[in-house]
This record gives sequence, structure tokens and C-alpha cells, in this order.
Amino acid sequence: MEADAQHDLTAAYALDALEPEEARRYEAHLARCERCQGELAELSESASALAYAADAPAPPPELRSRILAQARGERANVVPLRPRWAKPLVAVAALAACVALGLGLWASSLSNKLDRREAEIKRQQRVAQILAEPGSRKISFSRGTLVVGRSGDGALVLNKLAPPGADRTYEAWVADQGAPQPAGLFEGGKAVAVPLDRPVPQGATVMVTEEKAGGAASPTQTPFVIVRNASQS
Amino acid sequence: MPMGKTPRLMPRSFGHLSDEAVVAMLARSDESALAELYDRFGRAAYGLALRILRDEKLAEDAVQEGFLAAWRNADRFIPERGRASTWLLTLVHRRAVDLVRREGRRRAEPLRESFEPAPSESAEDDAWLRIERERVQWALKKLPDQQREALELAYYGGFTQSELAERLGEPVGTIKSRMFTGLARLRELLGEPRPGEAAWKPTPNTT
Repeated sequence: MEADAQHDLTAAYALDALEPEEARRYEAHLARCERCQGELAELSESASALAYAADAPAPPPELRSRILAQARGERANVVPLRPRWAKPLVAVAALAACVALGLGLWASSLSNKLDRREAEIKRQQRVAQILAEPGSRKISFSRGTLVVGRSGDGALVLNKLAPPGADRTYEAWVADQGAPQPAGLFEGGKAVAVPLDRPVPQGATVMVTEEKAGGAASPTQTPFVIVRNASQS
Repeated sequence: MPMGKTPRLMPRSFGHLSDEAVVAMLARSDESALAELYDRFGRAAYGLALRILRDEKLAEDAVQEGFLAAWRNADRFIPERGRASTWLLTLVHRRAVDLVRREGRRRAEPLRESFEPAPSESAEDDAWLRIERERVQWALKKLPDQQREALELAYYGGFTQSELAERLGEPVGTIKSRMFTGLARLRELLGEPRPGEAAWKPTPNTT
């Protein structure tokens, strides 16, 4: 019953429309309630979209430099607050603690996700670089897109790929007038961006198979992705 | 490196990164990532804070505190849990709402004076903000009046659900459900793909 009452507060929390005490209780509940975490993520997205409905005059240019200067100062100093914030310091600190608590839930099970996140972001950055290269080409196929930069660097962008089975991995291959060569291991996900470890020459074929964890030296399974780096008409 | 139409204070070497990737760099105390984040969202954040606070100095304070909270807590952001833009604007919104409550400046009326949006450094930013604004305003107009009223008074007005119940003479439960239904409906209305997103969808049947 108490939990039901808390579920009902998700929209108000997303809008910052709870009294401080209500917000604290809700955050305590949120930490344990996956349903509310999911719902809050969705409702917060709608709420923050409202920010864009406001007219947006340009802020004064000094604001940017002031923020950067203070951030720089905080990195250098232990106690960062400017004097003019000294008065509401307690309130600000209390608020900061609440916000940190609430937002900490965005980061539940933080530590083991961090490494994976970093690796994933590096991959995304690499793929974004290839995409941004002038003259890069995109070859679409049923499950996604093969991107090849002018230098021959390649990446696969795949949609909705279920995770591989236990102790299995996905492996990418590049075949250029010969046996397919390993081009990297990856996992599934909603959108998967895979930079290929090996260049993709004109006319080469890129494939993906599911292999034993650790990968194989040559494909042991039938590829479920086969796409050729050829001009699309 | 692509050159913008007008020089920025910092080269846009992050231009190709997702918002989430920029926040990941922020988590490593990369100051240029903070600058990039500000260049992407500073204007929307300031517009939001100004709408809530109706005072330029207070709006600047809210934006500053919001961005610094992002700077301090970037390592807590997890991309799977939501967009970086939502995370950042939530931080700024909380600061603004906290300030407006403390200063007792809450107003229910919509802003009369329409700000003539000053041209920013980049015409692309202007165009993008305008498109977003029109899209969200369109969606808001489609909501039933009572839902829109609840969302606007809470999000822009800084009123709590209890204050709204009192103000509108309705039970708190009614206000809660208007907020929930309004946000859920807004999500549906905004769910249509945006122009840029089409480019990422694969076109079928070519091999």
C-alpha cells in the first residue's frame, strides 16, 4: 500500500513537484523499485522536453566563462564555493545531496558497468569518426549498415541484436579475395556499433557469425550478416 | 576540421560525439567537454531557467549551478538510464525550481514579453532550437487543457502537487493523475522520429 502510494509520485517527481519530504521518501523508494526507475526515465524525458518549449534568448557570454572558471577552480581546490553562495550554502549542500541521491539511481550498479560503458563509448566514437570522414560510404542491408571510410576503415551498425548465448560472442569477418579474416568480437544490444579491426577494401565482404567466447580464427558458423562493400545503385 | 560560420571560443573537435560520449569525457574532468556541453545545451538551459525565474541574474545562477552539478556528478550518469540532455536539463530545472521557491517569485501567468531570440553564434543552433520549440509547443497544445495546465504550473511555475491541488481546488490524486497522463501523452506525441534520425535507419533489401 505504501509502495503503491510511492509509485504514484513518479510523474510529480519527474516534474520536481514534490515537497522536500515527499521527494526524500520517494527517492528512498526509488532506490529499490525497478518499475519506478524505468517509469521515471521515461517521464523525465517528457518533462525535460518541456524545457525546449520556452523561448531561448542567448545567455550572456560571460556565463560560459564563469562556469568554466569555477569548474577549473573546483578541480584545483578542495573547497570550491564562491563567497556569494556562502549564505545558502547549507541549503545548496542539502539540495546537492538530494539530487546526487536521486541521480545516483541513474547509475545503479555503477562499478561493473563503468568499464563496459567506457569501451562502448570508445567504439561509438570510433564509428562516429568513420561516419564523419568526408566521402565515407554507407551500405545498407536488412539488419543494419556497413560504413566504410575513404581510408578503408570500416564499421558495422546493427539494429537490435539479441545478446549472444552463454559463453558465446559475435565475431566480425572481412573476406577479400580469400578466406575470411577475423575483424573483431562484440556483444548484442539495441543498437550495436562495431568498428572493424581490419580494413574493408572495395569489393570485400563483411560477415558476422556467432562463435565461442574468445572468438575463432575462421568462421565455424553460417554468417547471419553478409554484406559486400560495393557501390549501391 | 570543419570550420563553423563563426569562430567559437573553442574548436568544435567534439562535433561528432554523442551527448552521452561528451558526458563520459566530463566524468574524466575534461574541461573542454564541459565547454562542449554548455555550447550544446547552455541556451536551452538558460531559456528554461529564465522561464521559471523571470530574472536574468537568478537564471544565470541556476544554469551555473546546474552545469557545475553535472561537472561534479558526471560519473553518476549512465547512458542506459536516459539521455544526457534529459539528465542535464533535470539538474538545471531542480536548481531553478529550488531558487524560485526560495525567492517566492512563482508566477502562474505565462510570460507576456516574448523574448526576441537573439541570434546565436550558429545559425544551425538557432534552427534546431526553433524546430524543437515548435515541436514541443505543438505537442503541448494537443494536450487536454487540464493536463497542460498541471504540467505547465508544475514544470514552469515551480508549484508542488499539494500547492496545485489547493490552487485548483482539486484532490491531490486528481493532480497526480493529470501530471502522469499529461507526461505519458506528451511522450507519445513527441515520439515521432525527428528529421535527423531517419538517416540512421537502415533501408531494407539491399545487400
